Amino acid sequence: MNGGLRRSVVTGIGVIAPGGGSREEFWQRITGGKPAIRRITAFDPEPFRSQIAAECDFDPSAYGLTPREVRRLDRFVLMALACAEEAFADSGLTSADPERMGVSLGTAVGSTIRLEEEYVVASNGGRDWVVDPTHVTPFLYQALVPSSAATELAVRFHAQGPAAVISTGCTSGIDAIAHAHTLIQDGEADVVIAGASDAPISPITVACFDAIRATSPRNTDPEQASRPFDADRQGFVLGEGAAVLIVEELQHALARGARVYCEITGFGARANAFHMTGLRADGFELGEAIMEAMDRARLAPEDLGYISAHGSGTKQNDRHETAAYKHALGEAARRVPISSIKSVIGHSLGAIGSIEMAACALAIQRGVVPPTANLTTPDPECDLDYTPVTAREVTVDHALSTGSGFGGFQSAMVFSRLEAA
Amino acid sequence: MSHRMVITGIGVVAPTGLGAVEHWENGLAGRSGIRALADSAALPVKVAGQVAAFDETEHVEPRLLVQTDKWSWMALAATEFALADAALDPMGEFPFHLSVVTASSSGGNAFGQREIEALYRSGPRAVSAYQSIGWFYAASSGQISIRHRAKGPCGVIVSDGAGGIDALAQAGRLIRRGGQAVMVGGTEAPLSPYALVCQAGQGTLSGEPDPARAYRPFARESGGFVPGEGGAMLVVEEWHRAHMRPAAHMYAEIAGTAATHDARDPAAPPADGRQLARAMSLALERAGCDADEVDAVFADGAGTPAGDEAEAAALAQVFRGRRVPVTVPKTMTGRLNSGGGALDVAWAALALHHGVLPPTVNAGEPAHDLDLVTRARELPGLRTVLVVARGVGGFNAAAVLRTPDR
Repeated sequence: MNGGLRRSVVTGIGVIAPGGGSREEFWQRITGGKPAIRRITAFDPEPFRSQIAAECDFDPSAYGLTPREVRRLDRFVLMALACAEEAFADSGLTSADPERMGVSLGTAVGSTIRLEEEYVVASNGGRDWVVDPTHVTPFLYQALVPSSAATELAVRFHAQGPAAVISTGCTSGIDAIAHAHTLIQDGEADVVIAGASDAPISPITVACFDAIRATSPRNTDPEQASRPFDADRQGFVLGEGAAVLIVEELQHALARGARVYCEITGFGARANAFHMTGLRADGFELGEAIMEAMDRARLAPEDLGYISAHGSGTKQNDRHETAAYKHALGEAARRVPISSIKSVIGHSLGAIGSIEMAACALAIQRGVVPPTANLTTPDPECDLDYTPVTAREVTVDHALSTGSGFGGFQSAMVFSRLEAA
Repeated sequence: MSHRMVITGIGVVAPTGLGAVEHWENGLAGRSGIRALADSAALPVKVAGQVAAFDETEHVEPRLLVQTDKWSWMALAATEFALADAALDPMGEFPFHLSVVTASSSGGNAFGQREIEALYRSGPRAVSAYQSIGWFYAASSGQISIRHRAKGPCGVIVSDGAGGIDALAQAGRLIRRGGQAVMVGGTEAPLSPYALVCQAGQGTLSGEPDPARAYRPFARESGGFVPGEGGAMLVVEEWHRAHMRPAAHMYAEIAGTAATHDARDPAAPPADGRQLARAMSLALERAGCDADEVDAVFADGAGTPAGDEAEAAALAQVFRGRRVPVTVPKTMTGRLNSGGGALDVAWAALALHHGVLPPTVNAGEPAHDLDLVTRARELPGLRTVLVVARGVGGFNAAAVLRTPDR
């Protein structure tokens, strides 16, 4: 129960992830623990320090998207639309009051591929500072402002309620679902198309993470490059993808006999106010975010059946996160299975938070916890149960997911089985 | 009546000036910041609202300057002004009670252009270590949080020109959940060369080279809008807490906010303004306020015939034909995208504080039956205002601001 506030539940899930172009393929991929990471094919990665990524073999036409939409929209928008179609179909929602339906889509870097490609045209290959508008696509404004993705969703699904893109960097995916949850709690909407999408695999994004040595340079061994919590981890592996959840007010869902995956029971967010990219080893603010999410869900640490970690595979993140779990959950942190699916599908920046929430919903529904691939030599500083290599069957009534991002933002969200909430 | 919130500090970095006082005085005098745009030969727009006399080195330390774009410099400076105006020292506050919410639609444009240029001219090793934190949409919120030790939940909202009001709405949600003070608003810096090229294809920009004729919302001559840079940051505090601080201004209570989306093909926007009207009505309803109580409207003022028609229709629906005073002071700044809604809220709060409405300049021949405020107008009973903002694609937002009863 949630103190008299309206309650929100997840009734539909759509996912496009590396190695899995649908919810079911995604689930098989992450529970199978087989990394979908390869040498970059989107462009020639030779000049870069990190030459690997978790790419999606995404064919928009296979999802019914038209050539005109493909011309008009960046890849991140197309992936969001495709996921939303799957989520809607999954929810069984056929009619809803358009004025009570909202959109909350997260993205960290928006239409970065389109902006970069068109810049190369407009600047004559980077030679002109004052660029020429003559030869660029007429749809470039839609690339400039990521809010165009929220518009596409609102138009396609006829959502006339509040619509926005949430762009808090790498916590965008959790924060966008939290925003949907808040809109429902506060009575601003009954249904929200909520999720996140990012398609950042472009030369400028790869170069900017190269410059701060955040991504793994393990180019000869792509499948083993993403190794969260492992002693041999060397950074994160860039990924792409999207997930959309249909978030619905509980009574609205029950009244139409909807299948409910889980309830959104808690959310907490904090900023570390410390550094744009650096993290203090003590994980204090992330721990505080977790404690708020747990408080709002009215849970004790022992109630958790699974934690989906941010687990990016950078040296500092995994240590920071381990400390945060201990700070927030005490001894219970040692007993709950934790894993990072980034070991399999890489780090898709803003999108990954929603993809990980989808994993939590499916873990609750199916009683399986996906593993952390490549965790063969645990870092002694990351001494919790990070579910190495193989999936585990376990009843999950409550799942926690955490995210940590540039800007110092820390977010935590709890999903609960409806009967257990 | 718990969880009410009030604007206690206003920080402005806009074509109308730096700081709330300069901005307000220039605005009342109708001094426009729309000027000829350099290097506009190939562009479909020739003038823009430009922030003159902004020296970023006065507001941002050198270490931070190299990490950030002009859009963040303006947000940092505006936040500094707002905190000073609110007499609020964040270092004296419990950090987990302070939050930052900004609206941002285009991020660090000049920064991003420079780094992509470096990549294509000189290769990956030429790309700045700060590209990953300088360009992305969350940079301003992150930097403000770090500078002022705000450790509460922070946010970044993107809904094009509706973002400034949507950010304010998010501040309200945080305060309803126990937040005490939020630094909230938006800025935009969309006048760098590539950002202008990105806007060029919209077809709604004004091509008029005369700054006095380029942006004339609700006029027969309306033929597009002028872009601009800058915006505003506000300090918004929980009501009781603000009352406990004698030094705090009590500019305006944020009584209600709402957002809707047209959900129509953006190429064919609805002429009836139905969803825009609904946003206005919902904001009034949440404020517990009847349309008859509204003393003035800060309109969105698209400056395109279709956009103006939709807004005039929405106003007619909501006010049932009553001729409420309507002003579009952004005729002095151009449309600032995410900064625009925030600046209009700042303007509205100052109007309530002073009992004067800032004017719509360069009004032209009226195309709609509106009581358009074309000269600064004193309204001694000014107590309740409605602020309207729209974003490209169909975003609608509205906020009701009220004079606080102390």
